[in-house]
Amino acid sequence: MDSSLYFDLPIWVRVTLQGVAVIAVLFPLAAACSMAERKISAWIQGRPGPNRTIPPFLRWIPVVAPVLQKLGLFQLAADGGKFVFKEDPIPGHVNKVYFVLAPILAMIPALTTIAVVPFGAYLDSAGRAVPLVLANVDVGILAVFAVGSLGVYSVILAGWASNSKYPFLGGVRASAQLISYELSMTLSVLPVFLWVNAPGGSGTLSLFDVVQSQSQPGFWGGMWYGVLMPISAFIFLVALFAETNRQPFDMPESEADLVGGFHTEYGAFKWSLFFVAEYCHMIVGSGVFVLLFLGGWHPLPWVSLEMVSGWLHIAGSPVLTGALATLLFLGKVVAFIFFFMWVRWTLPRFRYDQVMTLGWQKLLPLSIANLIAYALAIALIERA
Amino acid sequence: MADLLFYVLGGVTLGTAALTVLSRNAVNSAMFFLLSLLATAGLFVLLDAYLLAVLLVLVYAGAVVALFLFIIMLLDMQGGVRPPFTRATIAAAVAATGLLTVGVLSFVKRAQLSAAPVSPDLPVVGATLKSYAAQLFTTYLLPVQVVGFLLLIAMLGVIVLSKRFEGLEDIK
Repeated sequence: MDSSLYFDLPIWVRVTLQGVAVIAVLFPLAAACSMAERKISAWIQGRPGPNRTIPPFLRWIPVVAPVLQKLGLFQLAADGGKFVFKEDPIPGHVNKVYFVLAPILAMIPALTTIAVVPFGAYLDSAGRAVPLVLANVDVGILAVFAVGSLGVYSVILAGWASNSKYPFLGGVRASAQLISYELSMTLSVLPVFLWVNAPGGSGTLSLFDVVQSQSQPGFWGGMWYGVLMPISAFIFLVALFAETNRQPFDMPESEADLVGGFHTEYGAFKWSLFFVAEYCHMIVGSGVFVLLFLGGWHPLPWVSLEMVSGWLHIAGSPVLTGALATLLFLGKVVAFIFFFMWVRWTLPRFRYDQVMTLGWQKLLPLSIANLIAYALAIALIERA
Repeated sequence: MADLLFYVLGGVTLGTAALTVLSRNAVNSAMFFLLSLLATAGLFVLLDAYLLAVLLVLVYAGAVVALFLFIIMLLDMQGGVRPPFTRATIAAAVAATGLLTVGVLSFVKRAQLSAAPVSPDLPVVGATLKSYAAQLFTTYLLPVQVVGFLLLIAMLGVIVLSKRFEGLEDIK
């Protein structure tokens, strides 16, 4: 394959193309998530879900069309079209600037965090793994947390700008909840980086290095951090649910007591931006969890990408190993998103005081104790 | 390019900082403060201090301003009517501004900045986690401890002020 044509392009064209390519995967994935959510919800509740919509001009295709109709794929297109074409009113009592700004602010962090999340790796001709990522920054995980934490402003501003009761309560709840769980989330990943940064190294927070350190030879080296540090993984998981406002933590929306929470006053395209941003957050959050605790693009614990590409005889080809790694990573992310939806219909929504108690009185002390225990254990292991 | 970026980011930092003080609406102030912090983080990036830039966004832009907004919304501040400045306030403000100006000027004029050995392979202190942490735990150990102690005092103060102690039974 002649790839010199691509590498002859100026750097900014290549970077733009890469960014567009990543968004071109993320967006349809977020849309597919919304469809999957409806179908999985239906499946768990024992009903068929969306299975009727079909454009008349496709009805004549014999086998394919009915199958797609049953899967509800055309419902996705119908929903998308509705969001774009239906009237988008701005209520008279809102603060117009922030009301319009809030959905845009929801999208920006969701699409920016993906830039520092590696989604695969390929093996170069020497057999070394090279990350597939838009920006392989050394401060990796901190950059994800930093940009991700800006997502709270869209919810707060949407609640405040709507200038009515329920959105306001949703915004206040969101600001308190997101800050509370950010603490436990940040503390829960510290043991992972203590373990990755062995003394004498250069010191890294890069997510790529975390994945590579889960595929070292030996019993301890090949173990995923989800197995090695189950409490860290659990705290991160709970905090992730809270940070992405998913049930059982969807306090800012909480349609049982707040109608729609922060987006009560929104409709049409602006509402759909919130909706897509939530799924983008879920995808990126799942990706970070997979990288930190589930071995990233390595297929199984103690089975690394290098071994598998050796068995398949594709180790010499960067394109094939890259595709394999990306598919493995995406497969894990999709499985994790299914887990998100599974939990949604398994656990009932918490009360607001339960959310606060869980965050401050249970998860935070647990994560501090977890950090101290692992710091001591790692110090003892390295002393030995 | 870097010079142009410096002027743009510096202008945004100062402009939004001024607007933070001058806005009548508290939410506008908080949002301008957020922009000012983000532009400052951009200035840190221009100085190759990536870690500091990320930490600034994570702690101040991500959490502190969100807390400000939380308080503003909780207390439902509407701006409202501000009583006019009294003579004493004006005098105090002028005196404070004068002192601050003198302080900054004397710092700029008389500060002894030793010519640090600038070499391209020496990382900036705020650039990587390792160089930052090494400085934090060696050169600046005492200031870090002092600041930590101050924060502890502030936290205890908030607990004492916000919790109502009825009698001795509550304290026990």
